[in-house]
Amino acid sequence: MDYFEELNKDYRFKEGFHTCINCGTCTAVCPAAEFYRYDPRRIVSIVQTRDNERIENLLKSDTIWYCGECMSCVTRCPRKNGPGLVIMALRDLSIRLGFFTESEKGRQIYPLTKALNGNVLGLGYCIHPSTFRFEDHPESGPVFQWVLDNKETVYSRLGANYGRDGAGALRKIPREDLDELKAIYDVTGGSERLELVEKHSRQKAEEMGMNMEEYTQYTFSHCSPGHFNNED
Amino acid sequence: MIYQGKQNIWSDYQKEIPHDHWFYVRSCIRQSFFPASEYFFVKIVRDLLGKDLYESKHHTTCGGIAYHCDTIPQETAMTIVARQFALMTEAGYKNLVASCITSFGNYTETLETWREFPELEARIRENLWKACRREFEKPEYVAHASDIVYMLRNEIAEKAKVRLIDKTTGEPLRIVEHIGCHYSKMFPHKGVGGAEYPCVLSGMVESWGGQVIDYPERRHCCGFGFRQYLVKANRGYSVSNTHKKFESMEPYHPDAIITNCPGCPYFLDRWQYVISEQTGKTYGRDGFGIPVFTYEELAGLVLGYDPWDLGLQVHQVAVEPFLDKLGVAYDPDAKYLGVNKEELLKPTLPTVLKCF
Repeated sequence: MDYFEELNKDYRFKEGFHTCINCGTCTAVCPAAEFYRYDPRRIVSIVQTRDNERIENLLKSDTIWYCGECMSCVTRCPRKNGPGLVIMALRDLSIRLGFFTESEKGRQIYPLTKALNGNVLGLGYCIHPSTFRFEDHPESGPVFQWVLDNKETVYSRLGANYGRDGAGALRKIPREDLDELKAIYDVTGGSERLELVEKHSRQKAEEMGMNMEEYTQYTFSHCSPGHFNNED
Repeated sequence: MIYQGKQNIWSDYQKEIPHDHWFYVRSCIRQSFFPASEYFFVKIVRDLLGKDLYESKHHTTCGGIAYHCDTIPQETAMTIVARQFALMTEAGYKNLVASCITSFGNYTETLETWREFPELEARIRENLWKACRREFEKPEYVAHASDIVYMLRNEIAEKAKVRLIDKTTGEPLRIVEHIGCHYSKMFPHKGVGGAEYPCVLSGMVESWGGQVIDYPERRHCCGFGFRQYLVKANRGYSVSNTHKKFESMEPYHPDAIITNCPGCPYFLDRWQYVISEQTGKTYGRDGFGIPVFTYEELAGLVLGYDPWDLGLQVHQVAVEPFLDKLGVAYDPDAKYLGVNKEELLKPTLPTVLKCF
């Protein structure tokens, strides 16, 4: 497979990849490059070589998963490139080819896919208090633990329509609307994507000698040394 | 000549925001963390200022977070967006207003990509018909909710009960503004003031009597980074970026921060708590943090609404020192009451960051 040609089918790549002059402005403004061993200039430069082996290495690496998709690079590139958009296309291809399980940061696609799409298809929200576990989010602070402990009354106090019919914040999304979301996933490749991520992640979990619960927890929580600039 | 040239350049950064008739779509993060802000957006825009703002109970997430965490294909995200457009069309509206910055970016990215690649728009229309039997007109205008409050800032100022003035010194309160990245970094011409001179929040602060404080890392991301926060193993990225911003703004002694993104007020608030627990450092005076407000919360305070109705009790950083400076009355005993004024067990207190 010619990876460059595959990338070039992605509309984000078409929008975000023109001729890179290697000036490094993207890296200079990048919040990820500040802390991670990450250099968007280098990534775009590698893609620009069209060298299949080097692009495959990228697709299997941690480096394409460091970006936060803030798109600060899009504003600043003097050639109107969008390294963040190139990253989105690289990630998409990495997932489609099953290469994402080859890197620690890539494997995180599994817990993200489960949690976010579970919320979208089950509740109609990307994020929802009913699935936001305080033990996974101690940084949300004691005040949010209080909110979660008193969801019904606190959300009502704050003007929400928590879990009820009708309009308003945190309303119950009607079943027929959730069915439409599922139909959209089925028609557009979303459901297929979920199955693909599941299949490759199960294979990787088996290789790593973990069941899926252990794999989920491990990929969600584990950070090996070596990702950050300030490490030896 | 130079003045005229500057005027011409500035006009490129302006948005002609329609004054009325809006189809409102909510934010997943704001509903979960700052639902009172959305409640007061509707209350201020519809009930107080008499604008036509409609919400369909059938709208859902735009899928933006799932999309920017790379867990769904672009076509899936675009077809969810198209469904929202269909609901807007069916309700008879042409202007869409998004509560969320990620959604605003998502809607804008969708429309801009379709403009460049009409064949993709045709495919998404086909997808939507197959999946939902729905059709849509594209919105004539997409705004972020902060654009609407910016547009109405002077009407809000006319009805103000207090101004952003330190009641003890008589000086304007010092406010830092933080604009969400997807507001104008991707499509600068879609934001008020563009990416270079975004004034959507500074315009509100100035209209309401405050002083906008500049600092070196003013435009740096809050550090959400989608997967960089949502995955526990990556949160070092998130807190490090917030830390960088606070270290940069600290010497300028801001009284408060105003934000327009769903994630930013959460991260700028909660990471202050984490930094205090990890390092013992706090950024406000006397062991307090710097309070972080949504634009609706600040508008609500200016308009004289009760701080606990506005939801300020669900901030981790205490807001009381700011309320005292502003001269806003509040009942400390009512802070943690339930909807029927019932007593609830109060939240535990952080070990370092001073709270009530």
